[in-house]
Amino acid sequence: MLDFVQQLVSGVALGCVYGLIALGFVLVYKATEVVNFAQGDLMMLGGFFAFTFIGMMGLNYWIGFAGAVAAMALFGMLAERVVVRPILGYPQFSIIMATIGLGYFLRSIAGMIWGTDDLKIETPFSQGVLRIGSLVLAYDKLSVIAATMILCTLLWLFFNKTTLGTAMRASSENMLAAYYMGIPVKRVVSIVWAISAAVATCAGVLLAPITFIHSNVGLVLGLKAFPAAVLGGFGSIPGAVVGGVLIGVIESMAGFYLAEGWKDAAPYIVLLAVLLLKPEGLFGLHVRKKV
Amino acid sequence: MRFLFKTDYEDDIKLFPHSGYLVSYGILLALLLIAPYVLSSYLMSQLVFVCIYATVGVALLILTGFTGQASLGHAAFLAIGAYTAAYLQKYNVPFPVYFLAAGLLTGCIGAMVGFPALRLQGIYLVIATISFALIVEEVLARWESVTNGNEGMRVKTLSLLGVAVPRDSPTFYFLCLAVLVLTIVGTLNLLRSPTGRAFVAIRDSETAARSMGVNVALYKVKSFAISAAITGFAGVLFAHKLSFISPEMFTLQLSIEFIIVILIGGSFSLHGAVLGAIFIVMIDPFLTYLKDDMPGIIAGIAAAFGAGAQEAADVQSRVAAFASLNGLKGAIYGIIIVLFVLFEPLGLYGRWLKIKLFFQLFPLYKRATFKRQKIYVKSERNR
Repeated sequence: MLDFVQQLVSGVALGCVYGLIALGFVLVYKATEVVNFAQGDLMMLGGFFAFTFIGMMGLNYWIGFAGAVAAMALFGMLAERVVVRPILGYPQFSIIMATIGLGYFLRSIAGMIWGTDDLKIETPFSQGVLRIGSLVLAYDKLSVIAATMILCTLLWLFFNKTTLGTAMRASSENMLAAYYMGIPVKRVVSIVWAISAAVATCAGVLLAPITFIHSNVGLVLGLKAFPAAVLGGFGSIPGAVVGGVLIGVIESMAGFYLAEGWKDAAPYIVLLAVLLLKPEGLFGLHVRKKV
Repeated sequence: MRFLFKTDYEDDIKLFPHSGYLVSYGILLALLLIAPYVLSSYLMSQLVFVCIYATVGVALLILTGFTGQASLGHAAFLAIGAYTAAYLQKYNVPFPVYFLAAGLLTGCIGAMVGFPALRLQGIYLVIATISFALIVEEVLARWESVTNGNEGMRVKTLSLLGVAVPRDSPTFYFLCLAVLVLTIVGTLNLLRSPTGRAFVAIRDSETAARSMGVNVALYKVKSFAISAAITGFAGVLFAHKLSFISPEMFTLQLSIEFIIVILIGGSFSLHGAVLGAIFIVMIDPFLTYLKDDMPGIIAGIAAAFGAGAQEAADVQSRVAAFASLNGLKGAIYGIIIVLFVLFEPLGLYGRWLKIKLFFQLFPLYKRATFKRQKIYVKSERNR
């Protein structure tokens, strides 16, 4: 039983990371109907930025964290301006390919700048565990869970309660109509990319004590975040986190109870099952097809 | 400029619209046939890879270019073909049998992937094919009794009708070339048949195709099966060319490379698959060249512009350091993909068509002829 709870908690922590990356997918998808295949790589880059600020320049953890988030938000806007904006309105597949190309580029540039070693950031949570009875919970994992909950709530409130959030939802449904209603669609898209890059950075920094940072971490985790986003319904903010947690728990349970090899395949088997049985996901809207 | 005057339907679907095609393709084929006796063995080896990649490119074009079903999982089909060949070879099955068996098996698996894919569109289909490929990769690594796991499998030399065909012999090249040419001719025939027109109708509008009486489900599954089967054939050749296969050769990276093949070549015509394959396969020799010769050349240029010997040597070492950076290939890949998507969405073949039209219509060519239409209104969710 204890094993089960232990696995459950580490699964939830892992799942929250997937959830954070999936949140980035969902934000960009919600606002522009673009799926950003470079999301995981934005996370990786955010981690490297934080490493530069904290590990190399010796800044305070929180200042370095904030600096990395701000820098990556700017970088997200830049990426949107250079790669995505010229092809908005073209078939989705073009945009997918462009973001895949962006991901390639970021991975190899990061490898050139920061090398290929695993890097580690010293955080206030790296040490220490919380003991509840005989259950041992590491602070770094708890910090991921807490941060995910906070970010998810903030983003949900932002999208549903603020004017800017409503404008984003409007421009995703119909860019042209949103533009006629006076919504500055270009700026909206740009802000969405900034937010999703910032969320990715949070994921990257929180993840740093758990999996370390290296140039391929984004690819590996980004691919795991797809099942999370699909399971939650591509386009629902709470769904992304719930999907992420479910995938994380399934993966860690499969790793513990099933034979070797199931751990890596389980998320994708779940993904295919979801796509077959309920393609709109757990929280997605079911939309009828119109001619 | 030649004006084609079509008087009946047969004219419209001819394989060679006019005699010029016969001449130019005849010359191309002749050049390809004498290539092994002219080119160096390294270039021949690259040419074999071009043939294999182009075959996969054609397969992917049928599915992605003409049926509109994006797939990022073709490395898995290639792997299944390659492993079928390696496995059957252990039991001394002759080449023609396991060649066909590999195609048949991959075709069946392609159809099996096609059924679930019927409900999926756009981004969901991309994600589903990625997960299929990742699952296949995992199975290859774990099903040790058949695939030998991560240690990989050795592929014996191909023997055709009792004659050994080493992987770097001209005969092997001719075999690959024959498979490519047959695939292209077969695909051309397919595309001018009712099946091919149904594919294109599905790509352009599924709803319209259905209302015209096209059985969308059937044709999508057919498209998946045909595409997978051709990739399986290519997989057999791939296995023989590499002579050793292991799961980490068939990663997502390879699937992306195949997509890049048709993206760079142009995803609306079979020419694109071949041009894209040449481009992708030649990146490696180009990078080697960059590594070996570029520093010297740049130093020479610097010297010509009046730099001293010391400065020239300095430049040379700096360029050499840059060219031997680890991730250079990935960065170049990324930049190429982004540039093609942004500036040359019709690919290399599209560029060729533009140049051709420019000279045909000179001085009346206008850029807008090839302009893509932007659609801001349609939300893919409500489509």
